[in-house]
Amino acid sequence: MKKSTFSERTALGRYITGFIVSLAATLIVYFFVQNRIAGGHQVLSHTFLMISIALLAIIQFVVQAVFFLHIGKEPKPRVKMIAFFFMLLIVVILVGGSIWIMNNLDYTMMTPEQTKTYLQNNEGL
Amino acid sequence: MSERVNAGLHGESAMQKQAKVLLGFWIYLMTDLVLFASLFATYAVLRSNTFGGPGGGQLFNLPLVLVETILLLTSSFTAGLLTIVLSRGNRRLVMVFLALTFVLGVGFLVIELTEFSHLIQDGNSWQRSGFLSAFFTLVGMHGLHIAVGLLWMLVVGYQVLYRGLTTAVTRRLRLISLFWHFLDIVWIFIFSIVYMIGVL
Repeated sequence: MKKSTFSERTALGRYITGFIVSLAATLIVYFFVQNRIAGGHQVLSHTFLMISIALLAIIQFVVQAVFFLHIGKEPKPRVKMIAFFFMLLIVVILVGGSIWIMNNLDYTMMTPEQTKTYLQNNEGL
Repeated sequence: MSERVNAGLHGESAMQKQAKVLLGFWIYLMTDLVLFASLFATYAVLRSNTFGGPGGGQLFNLPLVLVETILLLTSSFTAGLLTIVLSRGNRRLVMVFLALTFVLGVGFLVIELTEFSHLIQDGNSWQRSGFLSAFFTLVGMHGLHIAVGLLWMLVVGYQVLYRGLTTAVTRRLRLISLFWHFLDIVWIFIFSIVYMIGVL
């Protein structure tokens, strides 16, 4: 009986941790983006802002996967975890591959004038 | 482990069934994530194809999106608390947390649909540009999942009231909670990629 209340408490603690971290990550991202749009004093450069949005999204994703979906908590043949990581691989290939290929397509499908402007603007030619 | 031994032979087969159902549902969730991934890829590709129309910066109402996000995050949290009171077998608390999750989910959906209807009224429907088609497909697909989840909660809430916390009802409640966490995880990326990066 005592043991079950203990695990219940840790479960509650896990959910509360996950909730607070996710909330904090959301609010931090929102604050920086709102600050950027309002055009006030810029704390972060554009590139750094992009990186921090991505980083905070990934942190939130990992935290929710661990604390809400309990990845890695299942007993040993960890079929769910394997399915999860395989899915992540597919997602990365699908999204990364699409962006890569379509950007290349845009690049190679330009009209001569577009190519000229592109080279002038982006590659300093 | 010790719980399983104590539960005896009959209990173990029920546990095994629960584990099988959870695994099957988990695999469904993983394939659903691949569906969302393809929509994210479409969105990422079509993001700048606004066809002379407005982009994300002109269209999105950030404070509203923040409220939406916090509502969904809180509902995911209450869905987690639901599983804790569920293992305690407290029917009243289960109903309370299920109702809380449901109400927060409805709040989320209402805000989203309001946003959609404003966009459509202003002439910025999915027919306006490739960007808006991708936006409505991605965010709308998430909203559709939320709507189905809410309907599911209504049905299982009814079962909790009239059948009590039987093995089958308990299992369904666990699946709903898993489904809801999953939808919140998808929303992290919609929030970051579509809304936050979208307005920059």
